[in-house]
Amino acid sequence: MNISNLGPVTGIRGNPGTRLIRCWITLLSITLLAGCSDGHISFLDPQGPIARAQYEHFWFVIGMCLIVVLPVFIFTPLIAWRYRYHGKAVYKPSWAFSKVMDTLIWGVPFVVVAIMSVVLWQQTTTLDPYKPLDGPQKPLQVEVVGFDWKWLFIYPDQGIATVGRLVIPADRPISFRLTSASVMQTFFIPALGSQMDVMNRMVTRLHLKASHTGTFKGRNMQYNGRGFHKQQFDVDAVSPEAFDEFVQRVKQQGQPLGRQAYTALSRRGTSEDVARALGLHGDTVRFSRVSGALFSTIVNSAHADWAAPVARPPRAGPAATTNGDSTHPGTTMPARAIPLRQTTRATSLPQADHQHRETAQ
Amino acid sequence: MNHLSDLLLGRLGRDALPFWEMLKDPTTSSIINGIIATGAAAMVILGALVVAGLLTWYGKWKILWRDWLTSPDHKKIGIMFIIIAMVMLLRAVIEAAIMRAQQALGLGGGFLSPEHFGQLFTTHGTIMIFFMAMPFLTGVINHVMPLQIGARDLSFPVMNTVSLGLTAAGAALVMVSLVLAPFSTGGWSGYPPFTESAVNPGAGVDYWIWAVTLSTLSSTLTGINFAVTIYKKRTRGMNLMRMPLFCWVSLCTAILMIFGMPPLTVATALLALDRYLDFHFFTADLGGNMMNYINLFWAFGHPEVYILILPAFGIYSEIFANFSGKQLYGYTTLVIATMAIAVLSFTVWLHHFFTMGQSAHVNAVFGIATMLIGIPTGVKIYDWMLTMYRGRVRFSIPMVYALGFLMLFTLGGLSGIILATPSVDYQVHNSLFLVAHFHNMLIPGLLFGMLAAYNYWFPKAFGFRLEERWGYRAAFSWIIGFMLAFFPLYALGLLGMPRRTVTFFTPAYLPWTLAAGLGALVILFAVYCLIMQLWQSVRLRQENATPIGDPWDGRSLEWATPAPPPEYNFPVLPEVYSHDPFTEQKSGGRAYQRPERYADITMPANTAMGVITAVTGFLMAFGLTWYMWWLVIASGAVALIAVIARGYARNTTRVIPAAEVQRTHERWLDDVARTTPVTRDHEHTRANRGLAVPPEQGAIQ
Repeated sequence: MNISNLGPVTGIRGNPGTRLIRCWITLLSITLLAGCSDGHISFLDPQGPIARAQYEHFWFVIGMCLIVVLPVFIFTPLIAWRYRYHGKAVYKPSWAFSKVMDTLIWGVPFVVVAIMSVVLWQQTTTLDPYKPLDGPQKPLQVEVVGFDWKWLFIYPDQGIATVGRLVIPADRPISFRLTSASVMQTFFIPALGSQMDVMNRMVTRLHLKASHTGTFKGRNMQYNGRGFHKQQFDVDAVSPEAFDEFVQRVKQQGQPLGRQAYTALSRRGTSEDVARALGLHGDTVRFSRVSGALFSTIVNSAHADWAAPVARPPRAGPAATTNGDSTHPGTTMPARAIPLRQTTRATSLPQADHQHRETAQ
Repeated sequence: MNHLSDLLLGRLGRDALPFWEMLKDPTTSSIINGIIATGAAAMVILGALVVAGLLTWYGKWKILWRDWLTSPDHKKIGIMFIIIAMVMLLRAVIEAAIMRAQQALGLGGGFLSPEHFGQLFTTHGTIMIFFMAMPFLTGVINHVMPLQIGARDLSFPVMNTVSLGLTAAGAALVMVSLVLAPFSTGGWSGYPPFTESAVNPGAGVDYWIWAVTLSTLSSTLTGINFAVTIYKKRTRGMNLMRMPLFCWVSLCTAILMIFGMPPLTVATALLALDRYLDFHFFTADLGGNMMNYINLFWAFGHPEVYILILPAFGIYSEIFANFSGKQLYGYTTLVIATMAIAVLSFTVWLHHFFTMGQSAHVNAVFGIATMLIGIPTGVKIYDWMLTMYRGRVRFSIPMVYALGFLMLFTLGGLSGIILATPSVDYQVHNSLFLVAHFHNMLIPGLLFGMLAAYNYWFPKAFGFRLEERWGYRAAFSWIIGFMLAFFPLYALGLLGMPRRTVTFFTPAYLPWTLAAGLGALVILFAVYCLIMQLWQSVRLRQENATPIGDPWDGRSLEWATPAPPPEYNFPVLPEVYSHDPFTEQKSGGRAYQRPERYADITMPANTAMGVITAVTGFLMAFGLTWYMWWLVIASGAVALIAVIARGYARNTTRVIPAAEVQRTHERWLDDVARTTPVTRDHEHTRANRGLAVPPEQGAIQ
């Protein structure tokens, strides 16, 4: 056998035995997903590298745990039956300790946990949602704002934004910065990878990638009131050309994201309600001419400057996105232009986004 | 006039009535939801009226006051705790069934409004944790632990009545919220800023805050009481390493209560400051940070998980040993494992929010710490299996629950390890997988344990065995119903269905929610069986009487007393020489001996402190919820005066003369002499009057 022919040993790929297990696992997943015709809804049907790794780690954990768990399932009924009252088996009412058994019942779980801990450490650091994904292409920047019962997706480099539908290029890393304009919510696209909490006045990060084109389900996972169940969206992973086309189309046909649109967004309601408020049909809204400073304005709970030029914000490169964007303090609109919060802020707190770990303060 | 009503009723208005919305805006949805809410409110009022009516009809008010409400007897307080737990269990199970029905019909609709559903999952969780599980385990420990360590009562009997009063007040507050709605929709964990007044200004969150506050104060006091009792009131010879395992878990639970409960009391108090006095602890602005709440909450929340499960572990330890007719395997190991779990439980709280954006290394450390807890827990599981090994296993009802627990709990442990793995948790957090996991721990773990304890110690508490046909039906229905109701939730969680969602739009979820709905029906049947079991047992109490007090051939000291035990538990405090002291006495022929000499016994006198705490605590919380400040001030003043007055009370004890103790005890000993002992073969027959053939002869046929 030529060693160079062996591919990288990843996950549980390998000898025929494990391949059989893999087959069964796939079958099981298909059974779970049977009758599912509404897009990719779960990591059991992974559509990106993160979700795939999570899927494999999931089965690894189950496999390891079975070493400890299976004996319980097998021996509990056996022992209970063999040593039943009226049974013929040996009876030793004061037998209460065995060194061998105690070594086994402490030792085996310990070894299992030790092995799992090593893998856990590797996987947790490798799949850290804050860690940028490797790849030849520059990641697409997307800023996500959770409102009460819809998501606003801002494409800062393109100067556009959408509600109700997230369009991304396939096979290109996406770098998300996330916040909430309301209560705590959780941004989640199961088929692509990790979920991430979003909180008002704080920024969290997430990196995902779709391996190929397709439509996936995304949603909020953290209860935030009576419209929670409707806070869903579709994710369209499209080819790079289609993505460029999408950007051009939104730039030309999108609604302006001005004061009126922002007021509609801030009102409690679903994306359909936003569309209706703007005189549109359906549950998707596209905005053009979006200020690059909008995200940090929301994070700083500052008043947006709808009068400022809405073209591309000053942006030297990816590094600039992690610095606190200016909020144009000199040119803010009169108070209450945006009903962001009920309370009036005394001072503008420094944005927590100066460093990499915004939320680990 | 308007001004006066504002002053009197605060913000309590007509819109708090559960049918107001339905009358004001009669749409189909509001009518359905209004009818459900009104029906629930009517059940609360009717239930209260029926109880009051029966008490009056049978003229039992005086007995209720003298023998129960003002009694400092740990056994009676324990029973009252369990009664609260069972009433609340009934309500919360019905709520669960309504939620399951909603999701079974929930593809794109269903019959419940989102607000109503939000209240249902919030009350279900709050009740099950704070007003079902906590009172149940507190009641069982209260009743059994002093008997097992050979004590006459807890160290602080009056504080014990105060604890009961606080829990009763909290439970009453949650019940009243059905009549004067609404309750919070923020879930049992009540995360801000959703629960801040900016988002939820109504009375709902305040109901939740004060109910939980009352409960946590109660549990803190209970923890102190249990710990001091175990440290100070063990009988001669009962050194720590001779205590039954149930007492060890009681000690660990008590320690967890002392250190685990205050963080939640603080968290809810700070949240109340935010809501009432415009503080900014957990707001996003002005220096507040919701993460502080989440950390505080889970600094309580994780020890709480083990407060809930450890007593059940103790109960199973007693049951496996007893119904295997064998010594507990690996006693020392189990003690070490229990302590290890108690200590580790304070080091893992962060695994409840892996997805909040902290660094991967922090997540990994907490993930590994969580998996470490799996080791002592796994050891316990194997210890129980080895307890059955080479024993004589009798499949009595407690044992059915215990075997169901052993298998199902292990499965829950497996899903727990999955959730403890941060990279996988990023997928299943906040989903129904999580819901399935903790129900898998709490139903086979805690609830089966409590129901097993109920079947096991009921004859000790009341002097007759529980009826068995309905008992087996209940046990098997619980096991099957649990599997049917919660295994589908694992699948749904893996398919990405979030928790707390009123409806869904993905057809692939439907078969699973239907199966879970069916499971809920089976669980309802199980609850019906429990009610029938109790009813039949009371009817057949003469046939199933076990006055001698040892129906199961017990191993620890509580079985050496009559059933029900006298107020002072032991006429003469026993001396202990080994583990399983009662088994040893029976094998050595030293059980049921006549003491040489009797002495006067000093017991705590009755006190109304518990009742006063319950009433003032409830009124104060109710006043705070609805902004009735006069009520808050008045009830606070009464409570304060009562506490001060109690400081001047001098007749706090009551002496039971030696002659009376002797008379009672000798009458029982005469009964023992007249009673025919039974072998384990006749355990379930009428012949079982609570006297066992000595262990070895009884077990080997």
